[in-house]
Amino acid sequence: MELLEAFSLPFMQRALLGGLAIAVVAGLLGTFVVQRGLAFLGDGLAHAAFGGMALGAFAAAFFGTSGWLEQPLLIAVPFTLLASMGIAFVRDRTVLSSDVAIGVFFAVSVALGVLFISVIPPERNVIDVWHLLFGSILAVGPADLGIILTVSALVFALLLFVWPRLAYATFDEELARTDGVNTRRLEYLLFALAALVVVVSAQMIGIVLMAAYLVIPGASARLISRSLVAMSMWSVLFGVASTVAGLVISYLVDVPTGSTIILTQAALFLVAAAFRKR
Amino acid sequence: MSVRFGKVMALQDVSFDLERGQTLAIVGPNGAGKSTLIRVALGLIRPLRGHALIFGQYAGVDARRIGYVPQLKTFDRSFPATALELVVSGARLQWPARVTRREREAAAAALEQVGARGLLNRRLAGLSGGELQRVYLARALIRQPDLVLLDEPATGVDFLGEHDLYDLLEGYQERTNAAIVMITHDLTAARYHASHVLVLNRQAHGFGAPEEVLSEESLKEAYGHHGHQHDWLVN
Ligand SMILES: Nc1ncnc2c1ncn2[C@@H]1O[C@H](COP(=O)(O)OP(=O)(O)OP(=O)(O)O)[C@@H](O)[C@H]1O
Ligand SMILES: [Mg+2]
Repeated sequence: MELLEAFSLPFMQRALLGGLAIAVVAGLLGTFVVQRGLAFLGDGLAHAAFGGMALGAFAAAFFGTSGWLEQPLLIAVPFTLLASMGIAFVRDRTVLSSDVAIGVFFAVSVALGVLFISVIPPERNVIDVWHLLFGSILAVGPADLGIILTVSALVFALLLFVWPRLAYATFDEELARTDGVNTRRLEYLLFALAALVVVVSAQMIGIVLMAAYLVIPGASARLISRSLVAMSMWSVLFGVASTVAGLVISYLVDVPTGSTIILTQAALFLVAAAFRKR
Repeated sequence: MSVRFGKVMALQDVSFDLERGQTLAIVGPNGAGKSTLIRVALGLIRPLRGHALIFGQYAGVDARRIGYVPQLKTFDRSFPATALELVVSGARLQWPARVTRREREAAAAALEQVGARGLLNRRLAGLSGGELQRVYLARALIRQPDLVLLDEPATGVDFLGEHDLYDLLEGYQERTNAAIVMITHDLTAARYHASHVLVLNRQAHGFGAPEEVLSEESLKEAYGHHGHQHDWLVN
């Protein structure tokens, strides 16, 4: 009863809706992130998003008097996309592996982020660093929710569209290429979509916890799946279940929502490990 | 055509024609450029000079007409997949999200052909080398290709299986009039199962009927001491 009332509150509804949208796309993306050995990518992109948001807030503080610059995503989105393309490019064109490339962009973005935030006068700051780091799922406003839902729908549609080719390229890059699949373009697309999802959910989930959404459900799903489709579906299901459970539990016992979601994911991982298929 | 990797000339002015219904065996020492030649035909590598024309089209344009069995099975071993899905991917040229009943039957029939019916629902990661080879062959044939490219198809296949393999290919060719290109290290197989032989060591050291080409001289020329890598470094 008390719970039903809770979900009639607008901020709880927004949290649920936004959380579910992110869980679905992150779960789909996570299948490929895990299967391609890119677990570190989520972390790297999340930290790039931190740099981008800081730069966005900096711009808002100093040039944002007219209104449209008030939204830090305006700068954070292109910034994070650029970082993701940089990582993909280094991976594609040099002998460096992706974790090295990610590590570089990771550090540079955080350094930039801290620098920008430190020079913003507190009274003109449009972002909350604590929220950015650890998430504020219950503080999502209607405008942010709109952005999250729009981006999620776009990413979801694109992922479904390329799924058969992306899966093929993930299975065996060269075999896919012999059948005319443009594997390079797909990899850039995958990185770009991951960047988009990470940056728009950064404030809601928190950059420290965002990577978990891209990795833990996918990893759990891998343990109990015999096909990539099954893995994708389990991954989405785990993401969705942990989001709902996290919201409910954190409401009932009054603990931080983000942490509760991630801990639920970890608990599901343990369950999956117990039922794993070989 | 010619192909260069950095300083190494992998293929130098190799040129030949093959018709439908013919079987070409490519022989030559390790590192001779045999796999490279097939990879050019697949559109994976762009030659430095020249080009491969397949049924009048540039390589890589029409993947559906080519069935390919790679030498190395480079797929991700941790990828969750069954033999069924891999064979169906050969028919779809994409990874199947869901397999229809017709596709399942076609895949079963293709595996039956290669004597591997029982592998249909097996996980790929659990297959032996010879079993994998059969699954890849089924995957190549299920799309009814007009050109079959086989990079060392007999590797890992047992003796009886090897016999069946050539029977199978000849049967397929009779039904479809496809052209077959296979790389082999088995000169006896080349002599008895091919209509044409290409002796390759970076250059073509002979192309034609097996009895003409598999002569002492051209083999000596290709496998002899001339073929050392240093001779082919680009200056
Ligand atoms: N991607 C590549 N980059 C650089 N060098 C390459 C590449 N692929 C092949 N080579 C070189 O080109 C030469 C020919 O290689 P290829 O794989 O075609 O030989 P092969 O005739 O198939 O040998 P094998 O009998 O061992 O399979 C070798 O010297 C190889 O090292
Ligand atoms: Mg080879």
